[in-house]
Amino acid sequence: MTTQTRGAVAFEQVRKDFGAFTAIPDLTLRIEPGELVTLLGPSGCGKTTTLRMLAGLETPTAGRILIGGEDVTRLPANRRDVSMVFQSYALFPHMSVAQNVAYGLESGGMKGGAVRDAVETGLDLVGLGGMGARLPSELSGGQQQRVAVARALVLEPQVLLLDEPLSNLDARLRRRVRTEIRELQQRLGFTAVYVTHDQEEALAVSDRIVVMQNGRIAQQGPPRELYEQPASDFIADFIGESNVVPCTVEGLSEGAATVRVGGLVQQVPARHAVLGPARLSVRANAITVQTGQGPFMGRIATSAYLGDHLEYEIETAIGPLFAVDAEGDAPLSPGTPVTLSFRPRGLALIA
Amino acid sequence: MMRDNRRLNFLLLAASISFLLVPWYRLRGGFFGLGWVGDYLGDDRIWPGVAQLGQWWLWPVPALVLLAAGLRLTLPPSRRGGWLAVIGAAGIVWMMTQGLSVGLRGWNWGALEALGEVGGQQAFGAGAIFMLLCFAAMIAFGLAERGALKGDAFVLSAITLLILLVALFVFYPLVSMFTGAFQDFDGSFTAEGVARNIGDPNIWSLGCLTGSGGCGVAWRTFFLAICTATGTTLLGLAFALVATRMRLPFKKGLRLLTVLPIITPPFVIGLALTLMLGRAGFVTEFIEDITGWELGRWLYGLTGIWIAQMLSFTPIAFLVLIGVVEGVSPSMEEASQTMRASRWRTFRKVSLPLMAPGIANAFLIGFIESMADFGNPLVLGGNGGVLSTEIFFAVVGAQHDPSRAAVLATVLLGFTLSAFLAQRLWLGRRNFATVSGKGDGGRHAALPRRVAGPVACIAFLWAGFTVFVYGMILFGGFVKTWGLDHSLTLAHYARAFSVGFDRGFVWTGVAWNSFWTTMTIAMIAAPLTAIVGLLTAWLIVRQRFPGRGIFEFALMMSFAIPGTVIGISYIMAFNLPPVQMTGTALILVFCFVFRNMPVGVRGGVAAMAQLDGSLDEASLTLGASSPRTLRKIILPLLRPAILAALVYSFVRAITSISAVIFLVSAKYNMATAYIVGLVENGEYGVAIAYSSVLIVVMISIIGTFQLLVGERRLRAPVQPAPRINCQETPA
Repeated sequence: MTTQTRGAVAFEQVRKDFGAFTAIPDLTLRIEPGELVTLLGPSGCGKTTTLRMLAGLETPTAGRILIGGEDVTRLPANRRDVSMVFQSYALFPHMSVAQNVAYGLESGGMKGGAVRDAVETGLDLVGLGGMGARLPSELSGGQQQRVAVARALVLEPQVLLLDEPLSNLDARLRRRVRTEIRELQQRLGFTAVYVTHDQEEALAVSDRIVVMQNGRIAQQGPPRELYEQPASDFIADFIGESNVVPCTVEGLSEGAATVRVGGLVQQVPARHAVLGPARLSVRANAITVQTGQGPFMGRIATSAYLGDHLEYEIETAIGPLFAVDAEGDAPLSPGTPVTLSFRPRGLALIA
Repeated sequence: MMRDNRRLNFLLLAASISFLLVPWYRLRGGFFGLGWVGDYLGDDRIWPGVAQLGQWWLWPVPALVLLAAGLRLTLPPSRRGGWLAVIGAAGIVWMMTQGLSVGLRGWNWGALEALGEVGGQQAFGAGAIFMLLCFAAMIAFGLAERGALKGDAFVLSAITLLILLVALFVFYPLVSMFTGAFQDFDGSFTAEGVARNIGDPNIWSLGCLTGSGGCGVAWRTFFLAICTATGTTLLGLAFALVATRMRLPFKKGLRLLTVLPIITPPFVIGLALTLMLGRAGFVTEFIEDITGWELGRWLYGLTGIWIAQMLSFTPIAFLVLIGVVEGVSPSMEEASQTMRASRWRTFRKVSLPLMAPGIANAFLIGFIESMADFGNPLVLGGNGGVLSTEIFFAVVGAQHDPSRAAVLATVLLGFTLSAFLAQRLWLGRRNFATVSGKGDGGRHAALPRRVAGPVACIAFLWAGFTVFVYGMILFGGFVKTWGLDHSLTLAHYARAFSVGFDRGFVWTGVAWNSFWTTMTIAMIAAPLTAIVGLLTAWLIVRQRFPGRGIFEFALMMSFAIPGTVIGISYIMAFNLPPVQMTGTALILVFCFVFRNMPVGVRGGVAAMAQLDGSLDEASLTLGASSPRTLRKIILPLLRPAILAALVYSFVRAITSISAVIFLVSAKYNMATAYIVGLVENGEYGVAIAYSSVLIVVMISIIGTFQLLVGERRLRAPVQPAPRINCQETPA
């Protein structure tokens, strides 16, 4: 194994069946050393199964898995050079924090002072220095999560696996811990595979997002590419709230396309567009809602007041639209006729 | 790769030692005594397998080992794994086949004589047993090399070993019993015994219904079981309602009742009843004195057995029904009350129907317990016994008719297994009791008045009766002769438990011998039971292997096999080669392990279900092997369940009688069997004294255990401490 391949991961035509049910039909995926890749998708899309196969907790039905250039497909979990952070943290309740962190080191045969030093370093790394003597149950959720991270990191694995690591934390803490995880990963430069169903989390931490649907990769790319250039209705809807509406491409010039949608004519990036009917993704926050007359009219169906913004469901000629209005002060009552316009930044043709 | 090879090298070495050095056949003096070492060279019966190769049927054994060694040298693990597993399986199949075919005096089966004349062979000894284990390990290692169960050799070995053990100690005896029914004294096939017994009117007659004579023993047992099940369920429900739905004094004391059936040797109640209500019982005499009636022997027979079983098994029903009554979600009852239903209507229309499956469950458990009961009918049966005692007398009595015993045992097994299947298949899907784990707010509705009054009355009367009976048991050890001379004496205790100092310290009491045997065997069996039970539970809960459901079902089914049936089947299976153990302490240990294991399994499964599965996985991904995970993570977290399994199996080994009475020998006599002997000789005083001592010993053991577990819970209040009652019952 050279330094180039350390931390590289490859799935080669991996298939996983559970009895008659095929969770993953055919998965091929490469992860570069030092990359943080997020597996994103709704529950049941196969993202956790993928992660567990990488950890060695499930055996693929067919195909190969390589870590650091070495075929590990048949290698049991305890002999793979990866470690995992669990959704429930899975801290051993009968061991102190330090014993938890030392556990993996001792399993690997490390002894005495070396273990103590490594544990100390590991706990300092996550900002829990001096907490080693406590029991996990005496820590807060965020602290427990950090112990789980430290426990995984002291083993200096080639790849760190994180299975929905933030889903048991409350919203405010989630933002902080996710930043910390990303910083650690950037600083130490390890490869990480991160499973989540939260698109915001995925956008915030990833080098690359792999969106999965029904056991297949629906689209993969850097966060911005996925957000701005969704490949399908599913992606458009899953990454950021979008309305997908029919439109007509009327002209193409210099990378821009002129599309007619409802009563409006808009300029959007052309991507692979051809003239004729197409589908357009319209972000909920790219819709401007105003009273009065205009070229594109709709009628408020429901409205909700959420403090810093308003949410509308609007009936229009091209179907119902979901709009988030951050500017309006008072919600418009249902039945009000409104005129709609689109901000260009929130529009994308679906390729 | 390295690891796979090292493992296999070790296995091949072990197999070679088993074949080349260790005595192949069973030694009369026992293997562990090591008395054989001195005669090793001189006596060909002690020689290892390699020296027994004059017997051609042993040739495949070394051939298979050599084949495996050849694979080890020529093929990498991934390619040889499947073949290794096949070799291992072939080894086991061949060893069992030859062992069953060639008996002490040649062929066991007439049909095989066509293959030529053979000499006889002894039962398997240490060498053969080790070789069997090596073949089992070969299956496991082979499958691991193929990558089965993520290549975990430890898990695969454990599964293989358990399947082998369950096959040997649960299914092989039953099969032996069935075939035994069709064998003559010389081993040849005959259907005569079965034909004679299966239609025997003494078993199947329904004469008592038509008024022409008595009913057959099968029906009598069945009626008794129905009556006992009904009675114990009703009483148990009354107790459960009092304990959970009413605010009364002494309620806590009711829960103590649940400990009674575990610590009471099964015939003790019958014994106490005899002393109270029997022909010379003091209650009988009191009534006769006052009224002048001649009560006579009314107690002996089904009535007496029924009363004794009611006393013995009501606590079990109580234990089951507490869970059922508490399992009804309070919000259901509150919902009913908010919809204008009275307490009576709520109870009748909501609470009771929700409890119905649990009540049916308690009924079936009572049915099985009554069917399997041996101690009470033995003491109180008189002339009209039940199936379990008839089986016993068919073997030990003057008639000595093994095929009759086998037929009766089959009938008994048929009844209990039907009840068990009904419980699992039919009730299993009908459980309304909410066990969501999440606390369900609200409070249980109070009982309607028309239920509360009678229920409390019945419960406290019965509790009083039970306390009285137990009081009699303790008191009975201190009086000279029951019914005749009630002056206090310590003579019975002295006779049973005296010690002497004439020539040094001597255990002079008659009970010591069986007492220490019992304690020793229970002490050996208890940890084995706990290990086997919890290992099985771990495999069932945490490992996904094909056939897991069947494996679990078969294990649980062994709980429904009455002790009498186990006893008779063990003698039929283990009296002759290939596996010969009767008369040893080993057979008692194995009997206890596999009889009490299902409880350990159930406790372990329940406890394991409360442990987050990602704890195991975390340990694995942190580089720990499965044995290390088991040792460092699972065992410490399961300590209460382990203690419970230990105590339960220890206590059960002390109180059990039904299977034991077939398996004891002069050398290894157990306390219960010895007490039954005392009763048969009419030495009631000593029997009662001995029983009291046993009860006190067991109470102190359970008390200590409760203290231990309780203390631990205080120390670590936050961790998920799955607490398993040691009063487990079949459910």
